[in-house]
Amino acid sequence: MGTSELLWNGLAAILTLAIFSFLYRDNPFYKFAERLVAGVSAGYWTMLLYHTSFTDKVIVPIFQQNEWWYIIPSILGLMMWTRFSRKWSWLSRISLAFYIGISAGVALPISMYASIYKQLEASMVPIAFDMAGINSVLVTIGLICSLAYFFFSKEHSGLFGKVSRVGIYTLMIGFGAGFGLTVMGRISLFIDRVLFLKDYILALFGA
Amino acid sequence: MKRQLPIAITFILGFVLTLQYFIPHRSFEIVYEVTNIWLQIIGFFAMILGILSLVMLHWDKIQYKKTNWGYSIVTLVSLVGITLVGVIGTEESPAFNWLYNYILAPISATMFALLAFFIASAAYRAFRARTIIATILLLAAIIVMMGRVPIGSIISFGIFPKLSDILLNYPNVAAKRAILMGVGLGAAATGLKVMLGIERSYMGSD
Repeated sequence: MGTSELLWNGLAAILTLAIFSFLYRDNPFYKFAERLVAGVSAGYWTMLLYHTSFTDKVIVPIFQQNEWWYIIPSILGLMMWTRFSRKWSWLSRISLAFYIGISAGVALPISMYASIYKQLEASMVPIAFDMAGINSVLVTIGLICSLAYFFFSKEHSGLFGKVSRVGIYTLMIGFGAGFGLTVMGRISLFIDRVLFLKDYILALFGA
Repeated sequence: MKRQLPIAITFILGFVLTLQYFIPHRSFEIVYEVTNIWLQIIGFFAMILGILSLVMLHWDKIQYKKTNWGYSIVTLVSLVGITLVGVIGTEESPAFNWLYNYILAPISATMFALLAFFIASAAYRAFRARTIIATILLLAAIIVMMGRVPIGSIISFGIFPKLSDILLNYPNVAAKRAILMGVGLGAAATGLKVMLGIERSYMGSD
């Protein structure tokens, strides 16, 4: 590790320890690191968008390629800033309408396709008389029962109540599994940070 | 005009963009590509709006010396610093990448690592096996966690990893599929409501 890398990694190590200090209690070191990341994060993503969405899609097309029509979305973007004015803030609704109209139009068929059609297709497979076939039947039963639980137009009593009960058990297994995976993911990150600190200390003392 | 024009724009654009998905014609592909660029450009200006709001909030705290105003200086200085580095160089310049690699990435990773402790303590309070459904949730979580670490395999003679795989591949898939279908229906319904002008909360009040 060179001197420059050692110094930069030292900063990363100090900030890591500052964040971990919150495990004891809220303190100035944690607050400093927290506010630092708020500023750096906001600036980083803005600059990334500045280069990829503004320079590449506004400056270069208008001033270097003479594609003047890129001015229209730029004006729409500028109209967003009228939100600061009480008199002119209604203009920002037009920009928002463009943004929301495009997003809704693109998202509607995609969500129907990916979240409904593809899921139904994956659930309606031919039944084979082997372990894979039994498993797919179990998944389908779990799915039907879980969907029954989400169906609130009918009272959950009698046979329907029992079916929805199985549905909630299935959902709870899903939530538990999701929770377990999340915790393990976070613990992996924790181990990674501890290993980083260990490696840095070893490098610092030339081991 | 102030409310009808945005509703009309939302409806027309929403309708055309929905239609382009079903009509594989070059003209509709162009509409999709152009609107996609428009979204990115408008999104950039919206991001600047958010940054201005952040700056105003912290500037206000510093100006009136509100509680913890000193930390607002840290936020503003770091924001201005990285912005200058980003404007002077490119998004691939070494200095810009250093700030990402040695400040943003370690703090973000440590923040997420910290959540492990808070999730565990929150889970202890939430999952106490008072009811049968809480017990099922708790058991599923324990099996999946034990199935992912070597000690789980050792103490159960390999049963935990197998059970964990069964839970993840079958009941978990059924549950996630049901949730996904619910989310898909909800998203489609919300999209339709927005396009038809039934949902207008994004316009705010006059």
